[in-house]
Parts: sequence; structure tokens; C-alpha cells
Amino acid sequence: MSLNYYDPAAVKLANMAKLGHMAGQIADYFKSYPEEQAVAAIAAHINEFWSRRMREDFLATFNAGSEGLHPLARAAVVAIKPAID
Amino acid sequence: MSLIKEIDFGTPIRIADKTVTLTIDGESVTVPAGTSVMAAAMSVGTKIPKLCATDSLEPFGSCRLCLVEIEGRRGTPASCTTPAEEGMVVRTQSEQLHGLRKGVMELYISDHPLDCLTCSANGDCELQDMAGAVGLREVRYGYEGENHVFAKDKDGFANENWLGLDTSNPYFTYDPSKCIVCNRCVRACEEVQGTFALTITGRGFDSRVAAGPTDFLGSECVSCGACVQACPTATLMEKSVIQMGQPEHSKITTCAYCGVGCSFKAEMQGDKIVRMVPHKDGKANEGHSCVKGRFAYGYATHKDRITKPMIRAKITDPWREVSWEEAIGHAASEFRRVEAKYGRESLGAITSSRCTNEEVFLVQKLVRAAFRNNNVDTCARVCHSPTGYGLKTTLGTSAGTQDFKSVEKADVILVIGANPTDGHPVFASRMKKRLRAGARLIVADPRRTDIVKSPHIKADHHLQLKPGTNVALVNALAHVVVTEGLIDEPYVRERCDLADFEIWARFIAQEVNSPEASEEFTGVPADEVRAAARLYATGGNGAIFYGLGVTEHSQGSTTVMAMANLAMATGNIGREGVGINPLRGQNNVQGACDMGSFPHELTGYRHVSDEGTRHIFETMWGVSLDDEPGLRIPNMLDEAVGGTFKGLYIQGEDIAQSDPNTQHVTAGLAAMECVVIQDIFLNETAKYAHVFLPGSSFLEKDGTFTNAERRINRVRKVMEPLSGKHEWQVTIDLARALGYEMPYAHPSEIMDEIALLTPSFAGVSYAVLDKLGSVQWPCNDKAPFGTPLMHVDHFVRGKGRFMLTEFVPTQERTGARFPLILTTGRILSQYNVGAQTRRTENSTWHDEDVLEIHPFDAENRGIKSGDLVALASRSGDISLKAEVSERMQPGVVYTTFHHAETGANVITTDYSDWATNCPEYKVTAVEVRRTNYYSQWQEKNREEDVSLRRIAGKSTGNLADAAE
Repeated sequence: MSLNYYDPAAVKLANMAKLGHMAGQIADYFKSYPEEQAVAAIAAHINEFWSRRMREDFLATFNAGSEGLHPLARAAVVAIKPAID
Repeated sequence: MSLIKEIDFGTPIRIADKTVTLTIDGESVTVPAGTSVMAAAMSVGTKIPKLCATDSLEPFGSCRLCLVEIEGRRGTPASCTTPAEEGMVVRTQSEQLHGLRKGVMELYISDHPLDCLTCSANGDCELQDMAGAVGLREVRYGYEGENHVFAKDKDGFANENWLGLDTSNPYFTYDPSKCIVCNRCVRACEEVQGTFALTITGRGFDSRVAAGPTDFLGSECVSCGACVQACPTATLMEKSVIQMGQPEHSKITTCAYCGVGCSFKAEMQGDKIVRMVPHKDGKANEGHSCVKGRFAYGYATHKDRITKPMIRAKITDPWREVSWEEAIGHAASEFRRVEAKYGRESLGAITSSRCTNEEVFLVQKLVRAAFRNNNVDTCARVCHSPTGYGLKTTLGTSAGTQDFKSVEKADVILVIGANPTDGHPVFASRMKKRLRAGARLIVADPRRTDIVKSPHIKADHHLQLKPGTNVALVNALAHVVVTEGLIDEPYVRERCDLADFEIWARFIAQEVNSPEASEEFTGVPADEVRAAARLYATGGNGAIFYGLGVTEHSQGSTTVMAMANLAMATGNIGREGVGINPLRGQNNVQGACDMGSFPHELTGYRHVSDEGTRHIFETMWGVSLDDEPGLRIPNMLDEAVGGTFKGLYIQGEDIAQSDPNTQHVTAGLAAMECVVIQDIFLNETAKYAHVFLPGSSFLEKDGTFTNAERRINRVRKVMEPLSGKHEWQVTIDLARALGYEMPYAHPSEIMDEIALLTPSFAGVSYAVLDKLGSVQWPCNDKAPFGTPLMHVDHFVRGKGRFMLTEFVPTQERTGARFPLILTTGRILSQYNVGAQTRRTENSTWHDEDVLEIHPFDAENRGIKSGDLVALASRSGDISLKAEVSERMQPGVVYTTFHHAETGANVITTDYSDWATNCPEYKVTAVEVRRTNYYSQWQEKNREEDVSLRRIAGKSTGNLADAAE
């Protein structure tokens, strides 16, 4: 087992990495489209399918300058709906 | 209540534009051209005596009982093999015919036991009926002559003609002494099932039915039951009938196994099932069945059934049986406590694809109206969620395009990532029937599945791709279509969005998508791909059928869209014989999706952010609804492990066995403070539960299931719930305890609400279903009888939308440590997590999961069939027995996940589809080596099978799945 699921700090880190990975996968799908269209589609996909808290966690961890994030996902960060209760 | 008996016309009623009119016994009859005289007679209620004819089979003309006289013809032709002709004048009764028939029956009976009173077919024997019909009163030949009836002759010597009873099959017996060699069983195996396991050995008086040179169990027989159903005597007979006697009433209901959704007659004595017989008028199966639906229903009354509600404070405590009131009150107060402590979004539910539409609807309603969030998901998440996303995006609707019958008109069948003979056997039989009649076949699958080559079936092309390269392969097929000018241009111009099409065509024509370029990834020879593409595009009606081999990948949704692109480009959507069809896993997985089980969608696939839709629900339900999507199952588990998701209501699902990366799942479950399970067994997930609410089997329910062809079928109750409470009532009680009222007196009222809320279900009601038998949604004012074919004149979304589908390899990579790819799947006799089938005699065929491995990989590792091997991935490791098999390609290994103690999902990873989070079950990098030990996880699991399943006051052990 690569991850100790009973270590809260490790789990938090892994969960955030997973959200980044998922955003990267979405970006990898839309990358065949022209950039403007792709960026909008990535943000729309996340807004349509991710829960409020997932988006909140994502935005708390990643921003338009995040190194580890897919470049198109980075560009989409601003268009991701912030979680307002 | 009485026993439902369908009319047997003796031979199939033909479909023809032309009709013919003839006279039978003075009565004028009009039938489609090609219909037999026998069926024409039956269509006006005239029963011509018969033994070898039944209308599920082609006429055979062997019993000579159905002779008739036809004016202007010599002799007495057999009415089963004589087509009705215009102006024909037929007599079915005359002195001559009477004498002939009596003579035939006299010969039959002279070689048949006369134990009618104690015979298992007593009350349901066509031979006995015919003896009565022809007025047989004596057998002049006596019974002492050469015969097949007696083990010994009158002098005590062994009778060479006599064969003993074959009881090897767990569900039926073969008694050769009662056989009249009518060939119905042999023909059923061939024509209906398509397995060709049975034959006639010998000639003349030596002719015997045989399952090859072995007994039934050892033979190719797949135990579908078609032969038993076709047998007119007690020769092939259900063991349950032998034991119990004939049923006295029956009800039509729907099988609770796979997504084919077969209709069955549950034949009963009181509230005891005598047998399940496929219903001829059921549109999904037209009278056929498989070993699961036909025979594997015994789990419903298995001793492991939990029928009393139970609670416990900690999962390490023993369960305590309590009253319904206490269990439901406890569940509700725990949910409220968790909510107060961790917030509204810390609760959620998983609905079951094995439960009815009505039950599923209530659970998602409870989540949205009582939990007041959208954290509801269903097991479609882990199977066909990419189908929903992909087909909705391209075509506009989250479902298959055809009815099953449509396959009869297909000319080229493309099977991708599906193993229909094991996973969807009754549909596979229909497909094989069409293939034997000449349709061509392309199979894309990493394994050489049975559909690739079986008796009288051979795929024109088996594209044996490497797991995880579906997108590259389907793109390559489309590349050939585009670059070789095989596009159906008028179709695309009329029906598809042209701007999107042009972008797609330019994309797909790129060299990188050519068969030659993609061969590097797929491993499929380019000319094989080119030939397959040409065949699909130019061979007439092209029909795509696909399964979880498509969806359960990190690019599952992309493959679904790539297939939709291919079908649109070749004009293969919108009429009979074509289409793109998911073969869905579970009986009601389509229905569970339709019923608003997804966290982002209300019923009928309408997004929760859509204000108009939400308003309709809010008005009807009297609460305001959350407009934000909720958590999907993998997200719930991530948040559970992370500490923010704390309470889960699980309706009839076993995520601890079925979902990927078991240790992640169980860590998530263990981190929750309130897990409520509603199930019929103490399943793997229940080890982590705090409240157990006993559920009901499908036999105890009124409701509906929706199959893979969008067909809504009735489920009818044949026995009372063993727990004393219907599942839908339990959900209502739980909602009430949470402060939300759901007033329904019967499941039909739940369906009425679904119809009011859901445009595609507007015309559905129990009255309509009782009248029509079943309907395929959309069923509304525009389509009051339902919709067998979708997208007929235009796509549901308007113009068909081509989507770009670039191949992105999965991040799960093989390397030095994990050089092989594991892919997982199913087997015919077992179903999903096996909770049902493992509690039946189906385990006779498959009592453990094994690892299939190619001889090359096996030899390298010194592995022989039967060796215990350790299977390890980055997620975990297990041990299981190896089976060396050339069905595999080198570098790829395969196993099933039917047995909890194996733990196949300990191996699978967290990787998932980019669009839907559907797990990537089909690609895991692994290593295999010989071992002498079971893995640590397996040892711990074995311990927990006992320690986490204790019930206060009861002996332990017998409830563990492992103890099956």
C-alpha cells in the first residue's frame, strides 16, 4: 500500500493531489480543442460535476500559477465557480 | 390465480408482407406467407396433435402426429413442415388421420414407461396429452419387446438399450428411458441457445439424445434450460419439480440478474417457487433464459438471509437484533448527530442497481429532501457512467439506441469490450442466431472470448488490442472511414452538426490516428484494422455493442464518444439493425440512472442547477433543493478518508467488494460514524456498518426494472418480504424519522410521481405496463407505446455532435516491478460480487476466482495451472490459483471478482475515467509469482469475516461469505 489511509496529513495531501490529477485528466481530454474553447470547457466540466467542497479544496490548493497543474487547467482556474454557501 | 400458459403455435409465425388465405376444417384463415399449416390452424384455435413441434423451433417433421389431408394432394403431409398456401383446403380430422395418429402414438407408448401417476411430468406431459387427444386405448405390441424402458429384460439380463439417469447437472435431470427422441432439446440447444452441446447419437432405434461423449455437467452445456423447457416429457426435468411437484399458479416478473432483464413466469405452489420459466411474450428474451435467471434463485430463501434489523455502536461490537422502530430511530438520530457535528454535506447515499426504480427513486428523494444535499450516487458510477456522459454529449440521451430485437436486422456486428456469452447470455443467443444466419462479426477484446469463435460462429476480425488502447483503436477505425471516403455524406449533412464534423474529420484524418501509427499502442496489425473498418462501413447495417471493457478506463467516456462518432460518420444510427448499444451490467442500472441517482442530475438526466426542473421538484416535494452537484462514490470515499464525509446510507450495494482499491474503500467506510446498510445478506460492506436494515429479494417486491434497451418491465411480488417490511416502506420510515414525509400506499403511486416529474416517463403507469407488458422510454404523449428505436428522424439533441477523441494513454504504466497488465471481468455462472449466485448451485461451475495467464508468461515464471500465485500491484496483493490459458495474450492476465475471499479489487487502483470518475478496473500493472501463502490482506479479511460479523446470541461463522 503506497498510502497510509490512517495518516490524516498524508491523506489530505493525496486527496489534493488527486483533485489536481483529475483536473489534469479533464484538461488532457479538451486539449485537442482550441485553447479558449478548451479552457472554458474544462471549467464548465468541473462546475458541472464537482461538488462545492471539491471545488473549494481545489481552489485552496491550486491557482493560475501552480506548477504541478496541467497548463490548461491552470488557465481554467479563474473560471471555476467559487463555493458560496 | 392460475398458471399462465402461452399459446404454442407449433411452428414460428413468419413475418411477411404478403398474406395467404386458406380453409382449415371449413374455416377461412389468413396468415403471413410462409406460415405452416399447423400454425395457421392454431391461429384460429385448432390444435393439430403434435410432439416434435413447438413454436420456438423450426419445424422438423419427425413425429408424424400432425398429419393432415389437403385437397388435391396425395397422402397425408405433416402440417408443421407444410407452408400454408393461397386457396388451400385442409382437413385436420378424418377417420384416416385418426387411425394414423393412433398408430403413431401406439408405437411411441410401446417404448415408454407407464409410470404416469408417479412421473414428475404428471400434469405437464405432452406425450400423455397426445395419447389422450388421439384416443389411445391399448398398445397391441405389448411392452416386452426391444425397449429403452427397463434396465433388465424379463429374464434378468441387462438391457443394452437402457441408459441410466444423468443427475450431474445441479438443476435438472436427464432420464433417457423417458425420451421419445423428438429432437426438441437438441434443436433448442442449437437454434435458441446456439451452444450445440446436445446431439443425437446412433440411428433408428439406437438414436439417443447425448451431451456429447460425457454427462451433462461435463459437456459444453451452459445450463440455460432451453432443452428442459422444450422437452415434451419428463426426460429433461427440473429437479425442483421432481422434488415438489407441479406448480399451481404463476406470475410474470423480471429477472434480477443482468441488464438483459428477462421476463419470467415464477411458477409457484403457494408462496414457494417451483421453478422460473422464461416468458415467451417477454420482449427482452422472447422465451429464452440463462443459468442465472432460470435456476439461480435459491439465494432468496438461503439460510444466510438476514431478516431482523440490527444495530451496533462500533463495528467491532457484535450486532444486536432490535425492532424496526429502534433500528430506524437509531439510524435517523445518528444521521442527525453526524450532520450537526460535521455539516449538511457530510451525509450521503448510494442507490442500488439491483433495486426497483421505485425504491431507488425514494432513496435519492430522501437524500435531496431529507439530507438536503445531492450526495447520492449509484453503482453505475463504477460501470456505465461514461455511457451516460458520452452518449448524452454526442447524441443527446444517456442510453442505448436500439431494442434487442434490432440485432436481427444487423449485417455487421461490432462487439467492443463486451463478453456477451458470459455477461449477457440471453442477448448473446439472439446475436449468435443472427450471426449464424450470415451477419459478419468484428470483436475488439484483449481476450479471445467465446464470441470470437464458437460452434458455427467465427469473427471475421478479432482485434486483440492491449488493454487501455480502445481510443486509439476506434480512432484508427474512424481514420480509415474518413481517409478512404467511406463516410455516409448525405446522412452526416442532414443529421449532424457540420462545423463539429469538419473539425473532427480533420482531426481523425491525421496520420497519428492511422492504423499504422496506432499499431504501436494497440498491438493490432494495421491491415486487420483497415479491413475491419471497411467491413463495418460498407457491410450494410452496422451495429455496435459494447460493455465495461469500454467504460472502465481512464478514457472510458472518450471511447464512448469515439464509437458514437464512428456510428454517425457511417450513418449507423436511427433505424433497425444499427446503433450503439451498451450491454449494461445490472438488472436495473439503466433505471437507477434514469431515477436521478447521480449527484448532478434529477430524474430524466436533468442537471440540478437547472432552475426550471428544480422548481418542479421543489413544488411537488415541498422543500427547496440544493443547486450544486453532490459527491460521486469515489469522491465520497476520498472525503471519508479525509475526515469530512461521515454518514452513508447504502441500499443493496457491496462497495467493499465491488469497488476498486479495496483498502481505500474500507478505510473510507471505517472512518465514517454512521453506515446504514439495507441488504438481504451481511455482505462485505456490512462489516463496516452500524445499522443493518434487512432488504427483500426481487421475489418479494412489486415494482419495475429498466433494462439495457430502456425497457420498463414489471417486477411482481410472489412472496411476502421475509423481514416483514417492504424496502420502500423502510425508506419512507427512515425519511419520516428524519422529519420528512413521503406518503405512498403502493409502489404504483411512486411510479405515478416519477411520471409526473419526468417527461420521458410521462406515459408510464402500472396500468399501462399491465396492458402492454412493457414499454421502452421515452413513453409519453408523443410515444404512448414507448420508443424501441431512438434518434429515428433526428438526434435527441438536435444535430449529432462529433467530439474530438485524442488518445491519452492511462497513467497506470507497466514497468520493471509490475510488468504485466491485469484486466478483470465476469463468468457466465456467477454474477457480480456473487452474493446471490455463490449462494446457489451455480458454484458447481465456478467455485473460486482464478488468474488466467498466457503460457509464455507462465513458463517464464515457472507457473503451472493450479499453482497458487501471488498477484501484486501498486495498490496491494492477493494470492489465487493460476490457470494457464491461450485465451490471453502475452503480457496480459485476467481474473474475476465474484468471490469475496479472493479480493480481486485489492489489486485495482484509484485511477478513473476523466469525465465521470468511473474506475479503471480494466488496466492495472501487476506482477505474478509463485507463492505458498495467502496475502496479509486475505488473512486479515478471513479473520474479519468472523470478528466483524458477530451477532449477539448467535453462533458465528455461518454468516461469513467465506464459509459458503
